[in-house]
Amino acid sequence: MNTCKRWAAGGLSFLYAVILPIILIAGWWIGSASSTSMFFPPLAQIVEAFVPTWLEGRFLSDVFPSLGRLLLGFFLALVVGVTLGIVIGLRPLLRAYLEPVLEFFRAIPPSVLIPVLMLFLGIGTEMKVFVIAFGAVWPILLNTVEGTRAIDEVLRDVTRTYRFRPTTRLTTLVLRGASPQIMAGTRQALALAVILMVISEMFAANNGLGFTIIQFQRNFAVAEMWTGIILLGVIGVLFSLAFRFAERRVLRWYDGLRRAEKGS
Amino acid sequence: MGRVRVHPPLINTTDSGGEGEPLAEHPPDATAEQRGTGRALSPRVTRFVLGGAGVLTLLAVLEILPRTGLVNPRFTPPLSTVLRALFTELIPGNAFWSSVGNTLLTWAIGLGVVIVSGLITGVLVGAIPLLRTLTTTTVEFLRPIPSVALIPLAIALFGIDRSATLLLVIYASFWQVFIQVQYGVRDVDPVARDTARVYHFRRGTLVSKVIWPTMLPYAMTGFRLAAAVALILTITGELIIGSDGIGRLIVAAQNAANYPQMYGLIIVTGLLGLAVNLVARRMEQRLLRWHPSTRLEAV
Repeated sequence: MNTCKRWAAGGLSFLYAVILPIILIAGWWIGSASSTSMFFPPLAQIVEAFVPTWLEGRFLSDVFPSLGRLLLGFFLALVVGVTLGIVIGLRPLLRAYLEPVLEFFRAIPPSVLIPVLMLFLGIGTEMKVFVIAFGAVWPILLNTVEGTRAIDEVLRDVTRTYRFRPTTRLTTLVLRGASPQIMAGTRQALALAVILMVISEMFAANNGLGFTIIQFQRNFAVAEMWTGIILLGVIGVLFSLAFRFAERRVLRWYDGLRRAEKGS
Repeated sequence: MGRVRVHPPLINTTDSGGEGEPLAEHPPDATAEQRGTGRALSPRVTRFVLGGAGVLTLLAVLEILPRTGLVNPRFTPPLSTVLRALFTELIPGNAFWSSVGNTLLTWAIGLGVVIVSGLITGVLVGAIPLLRTLTTTTVEFLRPIPSVALIPLAIALFGIDRSATLLLVIYASFWQVFIQVQYGVRDVDPVARDTARVYHFRRGTLVSKVIWPTMLPYAMTGFRLAAAVALILTITGELIIGSDGIGRLIVAAQNAANYPQMYGLIIVTGLLGLAVNLVARRMEQRLLRWHPSTRLEAV
């Protein structure tokens, strides 16, 4: 009886979760079925074009290089951002010295760096990795600074009193204590990195996802263009899911702590 | 109280992780202030002096580094050359001001659309539980789609018109407002809600006295984030799509190999970004003056 009810409740919430997406996709499918509009081809046609467009060759030649650059740039930003962020966050004077400058750099829209970096690095892979890293580093850096500086004073004193070794202090106190903010910055940075990957390829490239999609648009291959937009959307969603998984693992202690605080 | 930036920790934006945390794009500048214990000498003065010294250092590096030849002075002209280009070539010209105007207009239209639509949809979805259960998955799927994926579609539909850039701007910044407002509406204190019910508040009173004040701080955070995102996307759209504005001017300067102008324009985008952040933060403070920033401690 009870299990029956639970099943029913589960089924209902599943239904709630999928009903709107199903309606939307069905609406798109039916609404566009007899479409003769140049820009909105029938969804059936887009789906048909998907496999030949991406899975036969372009996955290796365009999608892989794009994702490789994305990950490389992102991890570069992560390492540099967290390292510098901790160094700056632990020194109040250094922080006061650098804060206005960092705020200014963060205020510059990262996309305008593409023309600048093109001058130095051409339109190759280095330029794109650099653009991604340079754009994604600010949210990580500034959030790490905030997180490091907001570490509990008492805990800080405890590690000092008990003479923790510097490495122990770093891993148990600083990185741990700042990790909620670091993760918050990293989430922003990841979204930014995907955007910068796409536009650096749209601006200047000879391969990659952004480049291919713009090519389709220029050649009026509209169904293929749509498959590209959908693929980018799927990549965005997958990255966000992967991030949420990682975040839940890294911040398990923090979620538990908060739940305990709320419960008391 | 020795603070330079008085930024009351209105909402705990440092909260991270947790189930469906609303403040997904945590503003790095909105974390709860936690100052160290007071040092000797007014910290305000120290911070101001040090910050000024930092800015001066940056300016000096930008001037001297190209002159030493460590970086190619053709590609990175000294700051004085850049500033001369900015003040003698760009600022007196018409193209510059019309571009700045166009950028700001695109930004303002986009932000206006987003604030209105985000408020309406956010309030509806936040207030009606059924709507929320129905839309959660769809929102979770649509939100991470990178806005720039829409660039080819925008070009195909609107060409290089302002509307093409607007499409990006609106798509990207809508979520900031929507999510915040929705969460703000749901965050109404249960005690306040029950009190209102017991005293038979009229619907209008309930909205104006209970829901609105709860939602406003969240909404303001959303507006501030949306303002920053909208500016980034406006300039990006101009850069990639080629609609009129500073972004297009940057590309033009790059194509003409007029690097001092290009850097001058980039400095302008940075200053615009700073101005947007500053104004948004000021407005937030002014509108939320009544808000007890001690709220948090009660939680």
